[in-house]
Amino acid sequence: MKLQSRHLLGLEGVSKEDINLILDTAESFKEVLGRPIKKVPPLQGKTIVNLFFENSTRTRISFELAERRLSADVVNFAAGGSSVSKGETLKDTARNIEAMKIDMVVIRHSSTGAPHFLSRVVQANVVNAGDGQHEHPTQALLDMMTLREKYGTLEGLRVCIVGDILHSRVARSNIFGLKTMGAEVSVCGPETLMPRCIEEMGVKVYNKLEEIIPHVDALNVLRIQLERQKNGLFPSLREYHRYFGVTKEKVDRAPKPITIMHPGPINRDVELSADLADGEHSVILEQVTNGEAVRMSVLYLLGTSN
Amino acid sequence: MRLHLKSGRLIDPNTGKDEVMDLLISDGIIERIGKNLASPRNYNVMDLKNKVVTPGFIDIHVHLREPGFEHKETIATGCASAAAGGFTSVCCMPNTNPAIDDESVVRYVRESGKRVTGGLVDVYPIAAATKGRKGEELAPIAELAQAGAVAFSDDGAPIASAEMMRRILEYSSMFGLAVIQHAEEPTLTKGGAMNEGFQSTRLGMPAIPPIAEELMVARDIILLRYIPKAKYHVAHISTAQTIELVRRGKKEKLNITSEAAPHHFTLTDEAVEGFDTNTKMNPPLRSRDDVEAVKQGLKDGTIDAIATDHAPHTIDEKEVEYTSAPFGIVGLETAFGLSLTELVEKKYITLYQLIEKFTSSPRRIVRLPQIIIEEGAGANLTLLDPEKQWTVDVKAFLSKSKNSPFHGRRLRGKALGIINGTQTFFCE
Repeated sequence: MKLQSRHLLGLEGVSKEDINLILDTAESFKEVLGRPIKKVPPLQGKTIVNLFFENSTRTRISFELAERRLSADVVNFAAGGSSVSKGETLKDTARNIEAMKIDMVVIRHSSTGAPHFLSRVVQANVVNAGDGQHEHPTQALLDMMTLREKYGTLEGLRVCIVGDILHSRVARSNIFGLKTMGAEVSVCGPETLMPRCIEEMGVKVYNKLEEIIPHVDALNVLRIQLERQKNGLFPSLREYHRYFGVTKEKVDRAPKPITIMHPGPINRDVELSADLADGEHSVILEQVTNGEAVRMSVLYLLGTSN
Repeated sequence: MRLHLKSGRLIDPNTGKDEVMDLLISDGIIERIGKNLASPRNYNVMDLKNKVVTPGFIDIHVHLREPGFEHKETIATGCASAAAGGFTSVCCMPNTNPAIDDESVVRYVRESGKRVTGGLVDVYPIAAATKGRKGEELAPIAELAQAGAVAFSDDGAPIASAEMMRRILEYSSMFGLAVIQHAEEPTLTKGGAMNEGFQSTRLGMPAIPPIAEELMVARDIILLRYIPKAKYHVAHISTAQTIELVRRGKKEKLNITSEAAPHHFTLTDEAVEGFDTNTKMNPPLRSRDDVEAVKQGLKDGTIDAIATDHAPHTIDEKEVEYTSAPFGIVGLETAFGLSLTELVEKKYITLYQLIEKFTSSPRRIVRLPQIIIEEGAGANLTLLDPEKQWTVDVKAFLSKSKNSPFHGRRLRGKALGIINGTQTFFCE
C-alpha cells in the first residue's frame, strides 16, 4: 500500500483511500507507542531534516519524536522569519540541504505555498508542517484520527471549527479532510475572522455559538492570536471570550455531550474555558498522542514508498 | 533603405482604411501607396500577403527600470523587447531610482531611448505626480511637462491622499496631460498577494480585495466631477465594478479613460494554484466575472487601450516564497498574441478594433500626435501576422527578464517587425 503522492503538501485533493490508509497505519503505530520500547526500524538509514522557518515547539517535537521512533536520522534547522530577510533564499537553503543527501524534508513556513515551492526544487519527499494560512495536514489528520477513534467513523459526523478561520491553516486542512471523509463541517467565529466565500468550500457559517452548539458532535476550538486584536479584527479578549469563547455554560445547553478539541497551545479562559479543556469530554491530550502516531504514519508511508 | 511592402492588408484606424495595398518606403518616408505597385529597382520586396500593416503600436504602460534597476531591464533591452512585440513607441513609468520626478531624469530617459535604439523605438516618459512618488508633495509638473513627460503617475503606488489627488488633477489640467492612477486603496491591501475571493480562501493567501481598486476609482471620479478640466486615466483596470464606474463616468462625459493588461483578460485567480510567482501581479489576477467584464469593457469601448504593465524582475527575485515575491510580469512580447487569441479569435472585438486599442486610442490618452499612413509621411509601422501560430518561449524573449506565466502557451498572431523612420526591426 502506498500513497498517491510522494509529498504531503496538504489535504486538498487527497483521496478518501489515502486518508484511511494514513489513519489505519497510524492506529498500528499508536500500538507501538503503548509498548515499553517505542522504537521500530522502518526508516533506518533515512535522513530527515526538520526545516522550521517559524517558531513552533510542539509540532517540531512531535515530528522529531515520530522520526526518531521510526529510526530515522534527524537534523533540525530553525530560522525565524522569512528566508529572504536572512539573505539566503529558500531555494538556496533547500538545495544546500539537498546536496547533503537528505531523504525527507519536514517544513514549517510562514509563507503560504512554501512547501509546494520546495517540492519543485528538491528531490526529497516534502511534508508540510504548516504553511502560512494555508494548510497543516498532519494536524487535521490527527484531529480526524481522534474523532474516528471516538465515533468509529467520520461519515456524517458533525464538526464545528470555532474561532479565527481567516488565518487558520488548521481550519482549512480540517475542512478539506473532513469533507472528503463525509463529515458535516461548519465554522463559527466573528465576521472579521471569516474568509470571504468560505461557504463555497462546502461549510455552513455561523456567527453565534448558541446557534450551532445544539447541532454538533464536536467543537474544534482554534487558538486566538492576540495580534489580531491589535490589527482591529476584534475589540478585546474579554469581548471575544464572552461571545466566541467556548464555555461549559454554553456547551451544557446542548442535548448531548460535545467532544472538545483544540490544536494547542490553549489560551485558557479566552477561546476555551479551563473546565472544558480539562473536562471529561475533552480529547485534547489524546490529540497530542495521536499526533505522534499520525506523523509516524505519514513519514513511514512516504519514506518507504520510494 | 528602400522597401516595397507588397500586398499587405493596410489597417489605419485614423483614416478608416482597411484594404490590401502596396507601400513604397524610401529613407524612412512613405513614398507611394497603391494597389499592385510595380517594384522599382533597388527596393527590397517584402511579400505581405495575408499579413497586416498598421500604424506603429504604442504601449503606454511599461517599466523600463532604468535608471536604478538595470539588473531587471535597461532602456536598451526594454526597447528591444518592445520592437520584438511590434511596438514602435513605449511610455515608461516613473518608478525608477531616482524616480522620474525631475526634468533631468525625463531628458535622460528620452535621450537614452533615442541613443540606444537609434530611433527604432520612441521612448516617452510618464513622470511622477508627486516628489519621489511619495504622495506628499507635488512634483514639478510644469517643468516635467516641458521636458517631455506625456502624463503623470505614481504608478506602483496609488495617489492615496484625496487632497493630493485633487491638487494633481487641478495642476495637471493646465497642461492637458492625463493623471494615470494606480487605483488601490492602500489601507485595504496591506500584505495582500492575490485577489480576495474563493481562491484566496481556499489557498489561504493574504488577499487584495477588489473593492480597494473600486473605492479609489469611485473617489477619483467624484474628484474629477469637481475638476472637469482634468484628464484622468485608470491604469490596469481589473474589476467588473471599476469598469462599470468608468462606463458611467464616460456616459457623464467626464474626461476619463482606462487601459487593461492582457493578463487581466486571459487569466483568472485560479492560476495562482501551484503558487507560481509569475501569477503574482498588482492588481492581481481576478475572478472569472472580472475577466469577462474586462473583455466586455474592451468591446464596448469603456476600456480604451491595451497596455501591458510590462514589469521585469529577475529569476532570483521571483523564485522565492509567493508572499515575498515582487509583483509583475513582462508583457511586451506576448501582448499582441494574447490579445488576438483572447479577444479577436473569441469574437469579442474585430482585428480592426484591436489595432485601435494598440495605436490611435492609447496615443490619444497620452496626447501624442496620431500616426497617419499616407504618402509623404514618415514611416511608423507595425507589421503583423495574424495567422501565425506559435508557442511562447521565455528563453526567446529579448527582455532581460523572463517572468511570464505564459511560457509554453499556444498563441495565434505575432508581430513580424516594425519600421520607424529609417530604422527597422524584423523578427527572425
